[in-house]
Amino acid sequence: MIHYALIFAFGCFGLGLLFNLYRIFVAPGVVDRVLALDTMVINIIALLVLYGISTHSGVYFEAALLFAMTGFVSTVAYCKFILRGDIIE
Amino acid sequence: MLRKLFPHPYLTLLLVITWMLLVNQLKLGSLVLAVILGTIIPLITAPYWPDRPILRNPMAIIGYVLIVLYDIVKSNFIVAGVVLLKPNSQLKPAWVTVPIDLRTPEAITVLAGTITMTPGTVTADMSGDGRSLLIHCLHAPDPDAVRDEIKSRYEARLMRIFE
Amino acid sequence: MEFLAEIVISVLLVAAGIFGLVGSIGLIKLPDTMTRLHAPTKATTLGVGGVLIASMLYFWIFKATLSWHELLITMFLLLTAPITANFIAKAHLHRFGKESDLPDTKTDRGWATFEDEAKEMQPVMTRVTPPAQAPSDH
Repeated sequence: MIHYALIFAFGCFGLGLLFNLYRIFVAPGVVDRVLALDTMVINIIALLVLYGISTHSGVYFEAALLFAMTGFVSTVAYCKFILRGDIIE
Repeated sequence: MLRKLFPHPYLTLLLVITWMLLVNQLKLGSLVLAVILGTIIPLITAPYWPDRPILRNPMAIIGYVLIVLYDIVKSNFIVAGVVLLKPNSQLKPAWVTVPIDLRTPEAITVLAGTITMTPGTVTADMSGDGRSLLIHCLHAPDPDAVRDEIKSRYEARLMRIFE
Repeated sequence: MEFLAEIVISVLLVAAGIFGLVGSIGLIKLPDTMTRLHAPTKATTLGVGGVLIASMLYFWIFKATLSWHELLITMFLLLTAPITANFIAKAHLHRFGKESDLPDTKTDRGWATFEDEAKEMQPVMTRVTPPAQAPSDH
């Protein structure tokens, strides 16, 4: 049963990833693209953890943790760049 | 003496817990390393944190966290319902100004974060003197009710914790 | 017992998948940037949170290893989601927002994003009222 639930969740997050990609290409402004990238990172974390469950291995959590951190920092850096035209002042 | 060695006791505790969670095993060696790191990092970064937050009522934090977790789950259902079931023409987005009585930066940060995580509201900005927050509501037929709920549900509780 | 755990984990996974998908649908469907900000920051946190808790339960019950990393990732996402949302909202206001669209601050100063660089954030970063008393050591 877990197998089918996993496939369903894989499908949902994969479809979400496609929607985010669409929003990155078709967006009214740069802020929407940053938002879409941020959502993409979150979806990828979910996919990594799902892959970890389906392969019964714990090595993907480090990758997910690193993804969470770099995703957060990159979103903040993008926004800071939009706000101030500079990242580290 | 103790104050000099541990300028930020809560930060030390947080660092120790985070390190133990990262190591993922309860071993004496990693606990020792966690305590060493938890002592050194606050000492090195102390110049950037000139004073420590004052918690009047630390036990009230547990109740606050439980309420916020419940509200996060509730807010997910509300936002999912709005996204899936409401056509865009019926949406009533609104800007709301919430005057705040909290004064310490930590308390205002926690309040702003809580507002973002809870039903249909996002903290967008703050006034220059830190006396009011600008909040965007996804679907608010009655903006005044949103403001009153924030003030009574979250701010009153934070007031008891921080000031 | 194992069967019950399977049901719980499957329900968590399915619910998480639906919430994650709703967050991404909101990103497509909602009309403007500020409303679009709502869907991903909220729906996705529960989506990923559900997956992480399901993974924690799975490894605990079927592999007999209690893994704490999921808890760490969940906490990290819960703490950073409001900060990214606030940053994106500020960037949007700075880039496309007009101060005339926003409500009044009801104080003497304007919204921080639209204020002069020189006086920005001055009173906020320092404590408005000094702490009443220094915390004592026990």
